[in-house]
Amino acid sequence: MVDKVLEKNAKQSAARPRKWEVNLKWLGVVPFFIFSLLFLILPSFNLLIGSFQDEAGNVTLANIGNLFQPFIFNSYWLSIQVSAVTALGGVIFGFGLAYASIRGGLPSWIRGGLMTFSGVASNFAGIPLAFAFIATLGRTGFITMLFKNVLGLNLYDAGFSLYTFWGLSLTYMYFQFPLMVLIIAPAIDGLKRQWREAAENLGANSFQYWRYVAFPILGPALLGAGVLLFGNAFGAYATAFALTGGTLNLVPIQIGAQIRGDVLHNPNLGYALAMGMVVIMAVSIGISMLLQRRTARWLQ
Amino acid sequence: MKKQRFWPIMMILLGAIYFLLPLFATFEFSLRERRGVYSFDSYNNVLGDPQFRDSFIYSVVLGLATIAVSLILIVPTAFWVHLKLPQLRPVMEFITLLPFVVPPIVLVFGLIRIYSRPPFVLVSTPALLVAGYVVLSFPYMYRAVDTGLRAIDVRSLTEAAQSLGAGWLTILFRIIFPNLRVSLLNGAFLTFAIVLGEFTMATMLNWPTFGPYLALIGQNRAYEPAALAIISFGLTWICIGLIQLLSRGSQEQGQLAGTR
Repeated sequence: MVDKVLEKNAKQSAARPRKWEVNLKWLGVVPFFIFSLLFLILPSFNLLIGSFQDEAGNVTLANIGNLFQPFIFNSYWLSIQVSAVTALGGVIFGFGLAYASIRGGLPSWIRGGLMTFSGVASNFAGIPLAFAFIATLGRTGFITMLFKNVLGLNLYDAGFSLYTFWGLSLTYMYFQFPLMVLIIAPAIDGLKRQWREAAENLGANSFQYWRYVAFPILGPALLGAGVLLFGNAFGAYATAFALTGGTLNLVPIQIGAQIRGDVLHNPNLGYALAMGMVVIMAVSIGISMLLQRRTARWLQ
Repeated sequence: MKKQRFWPIMMILLGAIYFLLPLFATFEFSLRERRGVYSFDSYNNVLGDPQFRDSFIYSVVLGLATIAVSLILIVPTAFWVHLKLPQLRPVMEFITLLPFVVPPIVLVFGLIRIYSRPPFVLVSTPALLVAGYVVLSFPYMYRAVDTGLRAIDVRSLTEAAQSLGAGWLTILFRIIFPNLRVSLLNGAFLTFAIVLGEFTMATMLNWPTFGPYLALIGQNRAYEPAALAIISFGLTWICIGLIQLLSRGSQEQGQLAGTR
């Protein structure tokens, strides 16, 4: 009898602290989650809800449908084009540069220098970057004047302008390919030299090595990096704003204009515009993470 | 051997030209203020402009506030998750990756929509901007802290401290923070570099930080923007250079850049 009571007491006293501990354990992460809820998740969720409502608050799909009206559809199309072109350019040029510095048989300080520079340049985005390109290729920029004075060629008369699609893409490349260098360097490091030697011993030439060994292994990494670069360009606002002053009809520029004043004459359409952007970003980052996980298996 | 080296060298040369030409051109452009002769007039104008100083100091203060809040929010949480709630790690990774998915222009849209009307009117205080910047810092700060925590034996350190009678605050501030010093500095410098030049959120929330000041000068002046670009590049270089100096010797090279 006494034993039983004691046992029961012991059970209770053992159970009670454990229960407390469980509660306290979760208490430790509460501040972070409340903060994230208030300043990240709720604001995003709010836009999501808003994009499925009309101005009176009724549920509707009209905003989503309105995204396909020509003006808005064109802004998505232009943003997609800029992002795709700069992602492709970034992948090709960035990979070439990273590969040359890592496997090109060059002195190791070149790799160190490239990595440092890439770290700086991939973070050198926004307004100052636009300024730098205006000073380089603007109407009175350094290279523009060089062409005029040395070759007698006026780039702007010849049809070039920094404030157009190609000018913007060229500017975006300045942060795109350094990012590519940073992302792809570990994958190139993981490419074992023995694989190349093995391929050569079996009589493969350089093309065959790349076609049948290196690219199949690096493929997912390259694709994943490309998708990430796509998202990186898609979300950029400051650079485009400072360079073109809002003349190019890009999605971030449209959202910015909508925040400053209701240019779409329908706030809820603005929320849908923003949500469309989040969907594209989510898809691109999701794909790139999946692909990078796949490469990680090969490149231990 | 020589033939093999030709393409790598060409590639590096091409890269170097693309990297350095805009910088050189910007520098040359910034010296053109005085007609016919190179001078540092544009730098003098910029550095002597009280608005430059005010907006720069404003951004520095916001940057320090962001780093402080971000550290206080993330380090204890990441430590706690490592020690007691490892099942939450994927959730933490997901949340701290979200700022890449929700770009600043969208995030600030949502923030304005929620906090410009009752019950919480926060758009009239810079606290909302700091909150937004803390969110932007999540991916960098969490990644830095997480790699730092993986590199040390959190459990043994904590148990050793506990057996010597240390409380949680002592453990956090005298064991975990000092052991993560390099990681924390990494995250802090990156956050600082981002906040210093941030434009999108500051301009939408209407605060006189460095970013909007740059945009204003860009609209009104010819040569000063080039000088400011050189100054900004130098500042970014210092922040990133300090990071690389700190992480020298460690394997970790994982830097990520988010969209601006």
